[in-house]
Amino acid sequence: MASDAAGPGDAGNPLNNDADERAREQIGAIYRSDSRRVLATLIRLLGDFDRAEEAMHDAFTAALDSWPASGVPDNPRAWLVSTGRFKAIDRLRRGARFDAALAGLAEQIEASVPPAGSVEEDGLEDDRLRLIFTCCHPALSADARIALTLREVCGLETEEIARAFLTSAPTLAQRIVRAKGKIRDARIPYQVPSRTELPERLDTVLHVVYLVFNEGYSASGGDSLTRPDVSAEAIRLGRLLIDLLPEPEAIGLLALMLLHDSRRAARTSPEGEIVLLDAQDRSLWNRQQIDEGVELVERALSLRRLGPYTLQAAIAAVHAEARDSAGTDWTQIAGLYDVLMRVDPSPVVELNRAAAIAMRDGPEAGLTLIDAIFARGDLADYHFAYSARADLCRRLGRTAEAIAAYERAATLTNQAPERRFLERRLAELRALHS
Amino acid sequence: MKYLCLIYDDESAGARMTKEQGEAMMADYFAFTDGIKKSGHYVAGEALKPTNTASTVRVRQGKVSTTDGPFAETKEQLGGYYLIEAKDLNDAIQVASRIPSAKSGSIEVRPIEVFG
Repeated sequence: MASDAAGPGDAGNPLNNDADERAREQIGAIYRSDSRRVLATLIRLLGDFDRAEEAMHDAFTAALDSWPASGVPDNPRAWLVSTGRFKAIDRLRRGARFDAALAGLAEQIEASVPPAGSVEEDGLEDDRLRLIFTCCHPALSADARIALTLREVCGLETEEIARAFLTSAPTLAQRIVRAKGKIRDARIPYQVPSRTELPERLDTVLHVVYLVFNEGYSASGGDSLTRPDVSAEAIRLGRLLIDLLPEPEAIGLLALMLLHDSRRAARTSPEGEIVLLDAQDRSLWNRQQIDEGVELVERALSLRRLGPYTLQAAIAAVHAEARDSAGTDWTQIAGLYDVLMRVDPSPVVELNRAAAIAMRDGPEAGLTLIDAIFARGDLADYHFAYSARADLCRRLGRTAEAIAAYERAATLTNQAPERRFLERRLAELRALHS
Repeated sequence: MKYLCLIYDDESAGARMTKEQGEAMMADYFAFTDGIKKSGHYVAGEALKPTNTASTVRVRQGKVSTTDGPFAETKEQLGGYYLIEAKDLNDAIQVASRIPSAKSGSIEVRPIEVFG
């Protein structure tokens, strides 16, 4: 950008206002694309989340002050990092008048890193990974991991996160403050885990991303079935993660999210009611997401370390490629659930496997498997288990049993569309039964 | 930074161990302690006598009251501790995960407060 425009004294000049406006727009765009990268590096350089956030805002404020006149620098990110760092040192020095310890800290920060080396591209990408692994550290509570990741890695406002997770903003803000306090006080390091720790630590990260996605895809409570913004954020996180760390399960998770998200438009009727997979209008499925998801599944499968996300994505891919429910390769799906049961057994996987077997071998076979889960005492409070049982009983003409199971499912769900769906089914069956 | 690793385990399971199992456990602990002395993590560590030897002391309205046993009934009891010097929490977690009782019980890792 031309830097022939004069200083702030010329603010009245309309030409200058144009340049101003352009610089502001550019700064806005840089904020959206790069503020998280800048923050991640500042946290490393300054050793503290709050100090880094303050420094980043100082740096962007400084950019607003000087870029309209001086032009956007060649490497804006590097400029923002080094400005933020200087501003932080400045603040510490000023604070040193009241707290002598801050002077030492300012010196330490000033001496520790040559600013030129701190903004190389490689370093920046490492910093984003450091930030992700720190926010998803297993020593933080699960709630705190989600809140901190959405706040620091995704840059969502506290109010947005609170809305997405149906909590109050003060509760969420407090959760974030506590998590930052633990990072500082227990000295959770700002680092990417070593190769030996990586599998376990990556699991925690992937789980955070998956929980965020699910909260947007199948909200745990509230009036609407889905909250698309939250899912989009999780997909964005998933993309970032495979850019930084292309591990098979990270690829599998992104594929899984894309394949599930591709059905979003078909999952609810225009009135906001649930439409189950077998009744969905498949022309509403997002082909672009399906193509990308299928490609990612194939890539993950070719890496030959089958994890639960990759397997679930493979199952979703089989659904995505079928024209309708009857044309679905249920044999392959049941087979994939068999493998999933070996890799990551759980009653929920067992339930899904039973549902697939019901499609392959008939409702009777599925019902036997579901009842075996209940007989063990598992899934006693899981509404999907009762609605699955109800559905199979309904198909077998065992209406009284179907009604009882739908009733139980309806008392267990917290979600309004889910309950309305169950009540519709109940009304149909009761009409049949009387 | 110093961390205290508090070792919680089911002490009745310890009491039920055969002589050989008990000796194997002791050997594991000796090997672990030697290891963290060599790596420079070790500051201090002790095993505690079982909770039936414990007394709980409180002062209420200036009056000392002493009761038998630990404060609450739990499945796992505090059985010993290590005080370690570690670079950060990840380093401390690595050490704690090698404490032999981590396989059966659990280890609480707490940073030591530094005043002033």
